[in-house]
Amino acid sequence: MAFKLNVNGKSATVDVPGDTPLLWVIRDVLNLHATKYGCGIGQCRACTVHLNGRAVPSCQTPVSAVGNQPITTLEGLSADGTHPVQLAWQEIDVPQCGYCQAGQMMTAAALLAKNSKPSDKDIDSAMNGNLCRCGTYLRIRQAVHRASEITTNASTRAVQTASVNK
Amino acid sequence: MKKMSIDRRSFLKVSALGGGGALLALYVKPAVAQFGPQVPALPSNYIKIAADGTVTIMAKNPDLGQGVKTMLPMLIADELDADWKKVKVEQTDFDDTKYAGQIAGGSTATPTNWRPMRQVGAAGRAMLITAAAQTWNVPETEITTDSGKVVHQASNRSMDYGQLASKLDSLKPPALNTVKLKDPKDYKIIGHTQQGRDTHAIATGQPIFAIDMTRPGMLFAAYEKCGVFGGKVKSANLDEIKQMPGVRDAFIVERPVPNENVLPGDPGLENGIAIVADTWWQAQTARKKLQVTWDEGKWGTPDQTSTVFQQKADEFSKGSPQRTIRKDGDAEGTLKSAAKVVEGAYSYPFIAHAPLEPQGCTAEFENGKLTLWTNSQIPGNARRLAAEACGIQQSDVTLHMLHGGGGFGRRLTNDYAVEAAYISKHVGKPVKLLWSREDDMAHDYYRPGGFQYLKAGLDNSGKVVAWRNHFVSYGEGERFASAAAMGPTEFPQRFVPNYELHTSVMPLGIRTGSLRAPSSNAFAFVIQSFIDELAHAAGKDPVQFRMDLLNAGTPLPPPPAPGARGGFGPAGMDANRMKGVLELVADKSGWGKRKLAKNTGIGVAFHFSHLGYFAEVAEVKVESNNKVKVNKVWVAADIGSQIINPGFAENLTHGAVIDGMSELMDQEITVDKGRVVQTNFHQHKLVRMAQAPPEIEIHWLKTNNQPTGLGEPALPPILPAIANAIFAASGKRVRALPLSKSGFSWA
Repeated sequence: MAFKLNVNGKSATVDVPGDTPLLWVIRDVLNLHATKYGCGIGQCRACTVHLNGRAVPSCQTPVSAVGNQPITTLEGLSADGTHPVQLAWQEIDVPQCGYCQAGQMMTAAALLAKNSKPSDKDIDSAMNGNLCRCGTYLRIRQAVHRASEITTNASTRAVQTASVNK
Repeated sequence: MKKMSIDRRSFLKVSALGGGGALLALYVKPAVAQFGPQVPALPSNYIKIAADGTVTIMAKNPDLGQGVKTMLPMLIADELDADWKKVKVEQTDFDDTKYAGQIAGGSTATPTNWRPMRQVGAAGRAMLITAAAQTWNVPETEITTDSGKVVHQASNRSMDYGQLASKLDSLKPPALNTVKLKDPKDYKIIGHTQQGRDTHAIATGQPIFAIDMTRPGMLFAAYEKCGVFGGKVKSANLDEIKQMPGVRDAFIVERPVPNENVLPGDPGLENGIAIVADTWWQAQTARKKLQVTWDEGKWGTPDQTSTVFQQKADEFSKGSPQRTIRKDGDAEGTLKSAAKVVEGAYSYPFIAHAPLEPQGCTAEFENGKLTLWTNSQIPGNARRLAAEACGIQQSDVTLHMLHGGGGFGRRLTNDYAVEAAYISKHVGKPVKLLWSREDDMAHDYYRPGGFQYLKAGLDNSGKVVAWRNHFVSYGEGERFASAAAMGPTEFPQRFVPNYELHTSVMPLGIRTGSLRAPSSNAFAFVIQSFIDELAHAAGKDPVQFRMDLLNAGTPLPPPPAPGARGGFGPAGMDANRMKGVLELVADKSGWGKRKLAKNTGIGVAFHFSHLGYFAEVAEVKVESNNKVKVNKVWVAADIGSQIINPGFAENLTHGAVIDGMSELMDQEITVDKGRVVQTNFHQHKLVRMAQAPPEIEIHWLKTNNQPTGLGEPALPPILPAIANAIFAASGKRVRALPLSKSGFSWA
């Protein structure tokens, strides 16, 4: 069956059975490999993507349920690593093995989009679905705070620039 | 505490005089012997300098998150005096004609490479100096280097390394043992935090993992095996499967099954059914329609069940042990006359490695040659077993080492790589094999469970005078199942005058193997919990009691023979180094001085493994419903004179603590008639972010010893440290892992 998807701002048509998990469409049909398979039952969330801005486990999302909602994968945050979450992850040097980190960053980016200054508690609660087998949680927490700072500083700068331009 | 400091200082003096570093080197040797043949390290195999000045350093070891792809090149780059910011790091293939010890295991990368990698860098620098001296026609002694440049101060000239690139080929590298190494105070790269070399790729989602590998014309495979080890296919509905959408082939693999009663550690190709399709989801979807009748073989029997193992162990504990591993003095006799006798029956379960990237490998068999793209921790074995399965020579195999999504010891076994190789040969196409998480949980090489029946005697002064352990494990006769042994020098051997270690074993039909800090990850919990029981029975402070025990030791025995397990094991433990970290962790955690809130307790433990000395303290709160919150953890470690990449070392230590917490609270694999019961992470839980301690404070005690590994030895003490803190907070002593079986859970 053909499905027309909007992935990272680009339109793509895929011909797969409707019950195919979005994860496998993204990985093996669209060849976008940042999104990872870890458990297949929504327990680890290494497969997290944004569906219409919400962080969802793509292994639990049949492609038929996507409709016209835009999909964003880690590749769609930025290709060069300049999204505040990606910048923070690099600056704090979060990863050990790195396998879960795409999912972690996607959950973090969705959190920050709703709540630009999350507390530790907000972070714990938003990120609790994402497993890290290596145990980088302390750095993930630190990196979410850092990404929040980068976002705030950038928007402050943008506001300042805007007012100068007036 | 004061006395301790004097002890440590005097030890340092003694070791400086007596060559403590040389002694350590002897302990490191068995590790080297165990991990493959040595080939001389040639600078040209590690360092490439291009005319444009680009310095490329080869990273030779598999990296599955333990940071060696960054750490090993740092050693070379610092001695080469390269500009780290401009250095490119490239992962090598597996090539045992060029590189020694291409393995991720045993926390061996640091102790076995510390010297040779720095020598390689220093040799490269010496060659650059020779080339510059010839170019400028000045004495080599007048030339210095400065981050990627050779400098002749006297004539105010300098040259980028790249300008000398063409001259290096004609120079003979100096013998490695003749090159002069830097004074550590001059390090510019070593000892300074460097970002992980794959961090950018990970942050941008580049396809660096084994699971991301693609080849033109590649097919995808799933592999169904019997839940019981050695089971073979009697019949299967393959005709129906072959008709499923996208399926290109489905076939039965049948191999001779090892008939021994102790299962092999890395058996190569195992019986099963391969399904090959255009996409993995199609292969997996077809697989759900599989109807297989298995001949389960000899292991699918009712006695291969966890509850039966427990019953048998309890029966063993009441009778005479099958054999004795160690007998110093007379523990049985001393226990009869001891002022106080303490007994404890401890147990721990099988657990799975479950690295987050499931097992998988891409293989391409073409014209009698095989190419593998794998994240094996021991690629030499992957090559050998894959060659055997495909009936070709090892020299016909090319093995590319890809970044691994965690290993923890699971990828020391190469079943998945061998399956991929065989399937590719069978279908004549490149194949990516991927296991599901359920496959991984069902076909792991589990951390062996075990049972320890302990009895110890205290004299009137509270000193431990007798220690008796009946260690019940798995195996047959004198053979233990893989990673299920206890050696004759297990702590507190050498520290208690009357020490007896006995064992009894039972047959086991599930596969076992090394999990991060093998044996130590279970033994530390048992030994350090029981020592805590003894401290309380003696009415002594748990830290002071441990100090007294460490002070009661006999001197370090001579190093073990090459190849002996003692290279990692407790035989090599230097009590003075352990006292150093115990004192440090007590000091930093405010032990004995700390004000504790209601229902809050503090616990301590230490453990020596993989040449590393770790003492850890945990502060925990235990609510009335047995909900446990770890408020804070302090780690003190002595892994030698230098922490090579401090930022990453901190990250790895956080991870070890959190990994140990998962093992402590929730993880258990149970067996039912030879089959593993748990299927996925909902039944084999990892610590989640909200459960992780808000703070883990790490202190490195730098001593005059060669740097050693970190990934494993940091883990074992956290289990007993938290268990002892739970006792301190609640009065509840839990002797069986995981704690969840006794009604505990994370807050």
